[in-house]
Amino acid sequence: MADMKYTQEHEWIRIEGDTGTIGISAYAQEQLGDVVFVDVPQAGRKVAKGDSVAVVESVKAASDIYAPASGEVIEANAALADTPGDINVEPMGKGWFFKMKLADKSELDGLMDQAAYDAFVKSLG
Amino acid sequence: MRYLPLTDADRRDMLGVIGVKSVDELFRDVPQSARLGGKIAGLPDHLGELEVERAFQAYAAKNVSSSVAPFFIGAGAYRHHVPATVDYMIQRGEFLTSYTPYQPEITQGTLQYLFEFQTQVTLLTGMEVANASMYDGSTGTSEAVLMANRVTRRSKALLSGGLNPQYRRIVETTAHWQGFKAVSGKPDAEGLEDLIAAVDKETSCVVVQNPSFFGHVRDFGKLAEACHAAGALLIVVVTEVVSLGLLKPPGEMGADIVVCEGQSIGNGLGFGGPYVGLFATRDKYMRQMPGRLVGETVDADGKRGFVLTLSTREQHIRREKATSNICTNAGLCALAFTVHLTLLGEAGFRRLAEINHTKAAQLADKVSALPGVKVLNDSFFNEFTISLGKPAAPVVEALAARRILGGVPASRLLPDDKSVENLLLLAATETATDEGMAALVAGLKEVL
Repeated sequence: MADMKYTQEHEWIRIEGDTGTIGISAYAQEQLGDVVFVDVPQAGRKVAKGDSVAVVESVKAASDIYAPASGEVIEANAALADTPGDINVEPMGKGWFFKMKLADKSELDGLMDQAAYDAFVKSLG
Repeated sequence: MRYLPLTDADRRDMLGVIGVKSVDELFRDVPQSARLGGKIAGLPDHLGELEVERAFQAYAAKNVSSSVAPFFIGAGAYRHHVPATVDYMIQRGEFLTSYTPYQPEITQGTLQYLFEFQTQVTLLTGMEVANASMYDGSTGTSEAVLMANRVTRRSKALLSGGLNPQYRRIVETTAHWQGFKAVSGKPDAEGLEDLIAAVDKETSCVVVQNPSFFGHVRDFGKLAEACHAAGALLIVVVTEVVSLGLLKPPGEMGADIVVCEGQSIGNGLGFGGPYVGLFATRDKYMRQMPGRLVGETVDADGKRGFVLTLSTREQHIRREKATSNICTNAGLCALAFTVHLTLLGEAGFRRLAEINHTKAAQLADKVSALPGVKVLNDSFFNEFTISLGKPAAPVVEALAARRILGGVPASRLLPDDKSVENLLLLAATETATDEGMAALVAGLKEVL
């Protein structure tokens, strides 16, 4: 069973071994509305925790996606270029943004688990 | 609203509130060395309106105006005939505000002409998408380099020695403050430069100009291939947009970004500005493009309308993440461009380009017959370079004293380069007359 964590910026990261897959939560896509464009990072790009690595643009807003941990991007979801709406349909599935090799998994310790994130979203009203 | 000047008592009260004794004290942050000690020598205190008008008329009479003298100046700004209709059309109420049209419900006239402007730019350049204009060709060029850096995530630009030196310096200034590398080729007076070998894996873009600063017409197809093989972009700059009526569009050569100075169409010389920059690229790079973009849409009733689109690239939405700090455009100049080009139509534009080239070819024939004069170009559009066998700047001064505006000495834009000292750039547009050409030839005979 993969380990799922969330950031306060409403990104999720699914951790499998030393690989993390990153996307945005169902709550985030609801707030954004119809996603019309996504800019995902290129494979091979080295990122530090907190770097702005992707952009998601909807009919209402444009937001930056931050790296939840340091490491190297190993794959980007190329399909999003043609079907950015995947993010609205399946934010936790085929709407994933990119996969990265994690440099230091302890960086993820401060993130929320499912229960904590659910409570966090609830607290936002 | 009436204008009510302050009384001395008002001033005293206001100074008292903020706790200073005199107005001068408000300027105490200005260093003494930068302050004006007294009056400026030779500048009278004040004059009546009539006297001021007379004084300025006397100053203006010292100019040799482009409209009264034989005129062969180019080098990035070209004198063309602008029909009186253009001036009338741009003042119509539908186009009343040329400023940023945030509110489509009240600015359909502005949005529609900008949409048509963009369409014209893509047709002229052979590209897929164009923005609603930049400030001018030179700043547009530095924006193109910044865009190429974003697209390629690289930071080294190669600038051709055929690029207008003023454009080069603007890119270099941007490079200095934005922290990228701009590597310039030597001035390419012969038009033989080959940049293919210089393109490497660090190169974000190669910037070339067609026709070049020295007038050479080139096909950059091979260079485009070399750029793409190395993952770099080719930026083609056009400073004389009328040339696109005859020459192969940069889009067909494989250019990734095309920047033009649009002054030649609809806009006068105006002592160097305001001008209008044309900026076009490929669909795939649209999100990285700077500037405003107008799109066509339908309103709630299904009727055609126009709005600003893809605005998330811009400052008013993404602030510091915007593709550019340019969030306005050269609206009025772009309008004049669009109106003039619409009046010309496709056939008229082509014909205008033909006349320009024919006039320049006539001029080249005439001056090349003069002893000691050599035309350096195998090909050119409406401007070419001649070598005089002696420094060109004094020759141009001597011609000006005879009220002939006989071109631009290359040293004017390349003052530190001895190798171009003898070179003179001559341009002839549709405004050149047989009499004017004869006067230039006669003048050159006298002063050479």
